[in-house]
Amino acid sequence: MWRDAWLVAGRDLRIEARSRVALWQVLPFAILVLFLFAFSFGPQRSQLANSAPGLFWLALLFSTVLFAQRSRALEGSPATRESTRLLGLDPAGVFLGKMMALSVELVLLEILLILGVIFLFHVVVVSWLILVSSCLLAALGLSAVSVLYGALSGESRMRATLLPVLMLPIAAPVLIAGVRSFQAALEHGAGLGGRWVGVLAVFSVVYSALGIGLYGALEEN
Amino acid sequence: MRQRLNKALGPVAFVLVLLTVWLGLFVTPPDVDQGELVRLVYIHPALAWVALYVAFGMAALCSVLYLWPRTRSMVFDYLAAAAVEVGVVFTILTLITGSIWGRPTWGVWWTWDARLTSTALLGVLFLGYLALRRVPADPHVRARRCAVAALFAAVDVPIVHFSVLWWQTLHQGATVLNSNLTPTIHGSMAWTLLLSFVAFTLVFVWMVIARYRIEVIRVAGQDVALEAAIASRRAEGVPS
Repeated sequence: MWRDAWLVAGRDLRIEARSRVALWQVLPFAILVLFLFAFSFGPQRSQLANSAPGLFWLALLFSTVLFAQRSRALEGSPATRESTRLLGLDPAGVFLGKMMALSVELVLLEILLILGVIFLFHVVVVSWLILVSSCLLAALGLSAVSVLYGALSGESRMRATLLPVLMLPIAAPVLIAGVRSFQAALEHGAGLGGRWVGVLAVFSVVYSALGIGLYGALEEN
Repeated sequence: MRQRLNKALGPVAFVLVLLTVWLGLFVTPPDVDQGELVRLVYIHPALAWVALYVAFGMAALCSVLYLWPRTRSMVFDYLAAAAVEVGVVFTILTLITGSIWGRPTWGVWWTWDARLTSTALLGVLFLGYLALRRVPADPHVRARRCAVAALFAAVDVPIVHFSVLWWQTLHQGATVLNSNLTPTIHGSMAWTLLLSFVAFTLVFVWMVIARYRIEVIRVAGQDVALEAAIASRRAEGVPS
């Protein structure tokens, strides 16, 4: 399973590195979202700083939908799935591989967004441990949900509109826990932040387990 | 016998709903604290009971039965779809009646209370399920995807149930099925509340049966139309 996972993760990341869709489309979109939020709130520094955790996680969620579409598009053609089956790849390994590749992309996006929030919204991070752990766990959970719901929404032309409808309500706990842990990382409330990081960990474990168990059934024809 | 039961179910449910409305509006007394507003208790909890536990519980059960290889049958897929469709209607009615109660009680039509928010989220999750059903796909592939989506969405049901205990926000706790199993409602009010649960559950069953039968007829109609199209194409003959 792990050998297949590394193989698929390497393939997805190589395709992304060569096509540079993430670099030229998703990352600029995420930064654009931050700017648009700032325009809607106005230039008051205190208001922007207070809203920064929510804006960070919303920008991340919206960008995740684009990453999910992209990840599914790589797997989507019948020929790709046929060759995956002919190669005898373990579906759980394919799920884990896609999840790992997407997690790497999401972590890079989070780094960019954190820098953007610090630079544009003037926030000062007190507890980097809380912030980094919540971002890593959220990347894992969101990537698991993205790969699962990408497979659920299938290859139809409706996927672009269907995927956000299916995915975003499921990702609501990540938004809530992420915002709370980010707030804790900005204040001296690291103890409370730990609880929300725990919620993110549970979310990631549950959806990773569901993906490992169900991805094969979803990809069957 | 079964057909007669089906035919009787609708009128029986209708009469029980009318009886609930009559008892709720004219027979039961006003509440000491809430006054006339308490009459919504004969509609709102019953709607929530049907939406959260009966409809989405049935959808989850049918989805498990479809996914389980030994019990896999399209019947469970149709039943799950019917339960979700009716469940979404009951969820919307639950939110509307809750909102009507909330305006005079809390002073707002909507508040970000844990129970309200998680119920609304559940409704959106099952709306996603209904959207997924409309994606063109092989019936078995669609049934499998929808069964998985229903199970994911059903995870929210216990969260809605326990939300009043975990977060202790504005929404009150359970009146009948509380942790001590000691109902805080008595006399004619309790009996009317119980009747409302039975009446709306029967309405749900009647609607699900009707929706299931429509789906069976629709699928059969599709097969007939396909066969007719093939026959008409064959009748055109092969050009020499």
